[in-house]
Amino acid sequence: MMRIPLSALIGLILTSVYFLAAIFAGWLAPYGMAEVVGDVWEPSSAEHWLGTDSIGRDLLTRMIYGGQITIFVATAATILSFVTGSILGFTAAVAGGWVDQALSRMVDLIMSIPALIFALVVLSVMPVTMPVLIAVMGLIESTRVFRLSRAVAADIVVMDYVEAARLRGEGSAWVIFREILPNALSPLVAEAGLRFIFMVLFISTLSFLGLGVQPPLADWGGIVKENKEGIVYGIAAALYPAVAIATLAISVNLVADWILNRTTSLKGGRG
Amino acid sequence: MNDDEIVPVSHVAEGETLLEITGLRIEATAYPPGEPPQEIVIVDGVSLSLKKGKVLGLIGESGAGKSTIGLSSMAYGRGGVRLTAGDIVLNGQEIRAAGPGVLRRLRGKVVTYVAQSAAASFNPSRKLMDQVIETTVAARGVSRSQAEARAVTLFRKLGLPDPERIGKRYPHQVSGGQLQRVMTAMALCPEPELVIFDEPTTALDVTTQIDVLAAIKEAIADTGVAALYITHDLAVVAQVSDEIMVLRHGKMVEHGTTDQIINAPRENYTRDLVSVRSIDHEEKAPVGETVLKVEGITARYSGLKRDILSDVSVALHPGQTLAVVGESGSGKSTLARVITGLLPPSAGKVTFSGRELSPALNGRSRDDLRELQMIYQMADVAMNPRQTVKTIIGRPLEFYFGMKGKQRDARVAELLEEIELGQGFADRYPAELSGGQKQRVCIARALAAEPKVIICDEVTSALDPLVADGILKLLLKLQREEDVAYLFITHDIATVRAIADSIAVMYQGKVQRYGPKSEVLAPPFDAYTDLLLSSVPEMRLGWLEEVVENRRMESAGH
Repeated sequence: MMRIPLSALIGLILTSVYFLAAIFAGWLAPYGMAEVVGDVWEPSSAEHWLGTDSIGRDLLTRMIYGGQITIFVATAATILSFVTGSILGFTAAVAGGWVDQALSRMVDLIMSIPALIFALVVLSVMPVTMPVLIAVMGLIESTRVFRLSRAVAADIVVMDYVEAARLRGEGSAWVIFREILPNALSPLVAEAGLRFIFMVLFISTLSFLGLGVQPPLADWGGIVKENKEGIVYGIAAALYPAVAIATLAISVNLVADWILNRTTSLKGGRG
Repeated sequence: MNDDEIVPVSHVAEGETLLEITGLRIEATAYPPGEPPQEIVIVDGVSLSLKKGKVLGLIGESGAGKSTIGLSSMAYGRGGVRLTAGDIVLNGQEIRAAGPGVLRRLRGKVVTYVAQSAAASFNPSRKLMDQVIETTVAARGVSRSQAEARAVTLFRKLGLPDPERIGKRYPHQVSGGQLQRVMTAMALCPEPELVIFDEPTTALDVTTQIDVLAAIKEAIADTGVAALYITHDLAVVAQVSDEIMVLRHGKMVEHGTTDQIINAPRENYTRDLVSVRSIDHEEKAPVGETVLKVEGITARYSGLKRDILSDVSVALHPGQTLAVVGESGSGKSTLARVITGLLPPSAGKVTFSGRELSPALNGRSRDDLRELQMIYQMADVAMNPRQTVKTIIGRPLEFYFGMKGKQRDARVAELLEEIELGQGFADRYPAELSGGQKQRVCIARALAAEPKVIICDEVTSALDPLVADGILKLLLKLQREEDVAYLFITHDIATVRAIADSIAVMYQGKVQRYGPKSEVLAPPFDAYTDLLLSSVPEMRLGWLEEVVENRRMESAGH
């Protein structure tokens, strides 16, 4: 039985609570997502554990559904960024020459524009639907994944076993998926955790600015936005989603740290 | 503070015992994946004694614990290794359990160390002189100019070019052999009582090794220090040491004078070591069509201004072995890259079984690729660490012959039998194999393609002598059974003698001498071939002096 350090254990528990709540939102939520059930900004009570929001919807229900949307969008965008980023990164490293140059310089170009501003510009001219959001976030973040996977693959490509595969006459697909990918997996898995956090922060920021998930649906960033006026009157409704964003980010980070430590350390993470 | 009170310097007279190790036991904690940590014993019950002015050779294969024992004489355990029992008495003082203060005054002053890889041991951003005299100034309290003067004397004694100014260079500005000699100077500079030489010539070319070896031997004799000389090459240690201790698996096998170990070994294991590379190979005359013909190849890497290969022509006959020999930088591995198509040549052509091969890899047919296989020097990086042996050997079968499922597994099992490994190896990962087993799996992978030619690039140079011997015997057996031809790239003449039918000696990108083995290895020699042949250490006493006396061409001091 392997020992899990305390920090990673806390991270694992919190992360799984959030993910389970997101997956079983339909069963867990006491009310409907957009159902108005009481007065504006009611305080906590037995019926409404976290009170109600700016137009009288149950805040716990909003939080649970909001978490579902946040986690879904972030997960989908992370997957998209990893699929495109790593395939392009590996291709650049394997092909080398002008293919590498063209891809790398294009990525440099995109990275030179701040991600948030780039996303805002694109989303202001495109219809803001869930697939568009995921695509925009996924593709912008894939530049970071590209850089990492290209760097990792560049170290592996020069190994004799890759040369042996080439001498055998293997195609690029075999070299990428069978020779390089299994050896590049551990840094990529750790990176996936960090990328996921950035996606959560990204979607929350976009929604807070009004260019993310559109009402009546809301993610956590959107719920902060809906309730932010309450802070002036001493109402804590906006703080719950803010705390949720922060704790999700921190807990995933703790897990990612642990994985990175385990997979990259020469002593297998025991030291 | 008077250091001499704690560890007296030069308190031991010539001929008296300087170092006495009794019942040494060294342990470490191993962390096998998925299992609880285990205590392993690295060295068990080793005793030795060394008199002042004498050299003791420690010899054994990798993992025998020779470096660990060497380092224990300065009470140091590398990488968490613990000296758990026994006595280490240096200059009359027990040091195994000594405190850090005592050890600090000991290391770098009374005992110094010469590492295997000088290139990895020097700080690349500091000049050589600063590093050579650092401990001398710090530990001996000598002035800087005095220390520098001593260093220059040592540089001269060790035969370094331009001894006055070589200290002003950075480590990358001198060659590997020179750097190794600078390191020896660094070890001798503080006038130590004991120097530990840890494989100081293993990473060098034979022609360079001989110079370093002669320099070390002379320096030891002149300064009168005692030395522990650690190596896996019995022929080398026979040249420099007075006594030899043979180690295996952390235990002593045999201990005796050099003369007794070489000429009258008592233990079987020692006898094996002494008789290593005594494979008898009957030379085959070149007959029939050539299978591989290289004509007028000239090649260079992009960005370089000079040719790595110029006008190289050799030929290989079916079922025979062509050995390409030369020191590092002579272009032998580049020749392999040209033949395999990894480096298209700027002139010349490669003909394979009567058809001209496309110069670049992607212009070759699958059959061309299949019939020309390659085995690498470093077996650990030649196999994907995430694939099992079954996948590694099975992939060529799948790829070239479309074998699947049971049929493929059966053939993999057959190949494993052929390379003298059992079926149990099929599900292992490369990390679970020893060095020799890894190389055998690489051979099986090449064989799986049923090739006509296998290029062997230094396949035995990373292995222990006995293991290397096994690999060579296997290759010869497979050649008889499968009628495959080898292009055997090596820097080791002993290997060449053991397996070659014809030989090409390469020097600075040109073929210096080429022909059947008996002709190439028979006089009259050209100057370079003479140097190369005479530089191979021989298993007899006095060989070193003889060679240094008789050779015609100075090695370039690389």
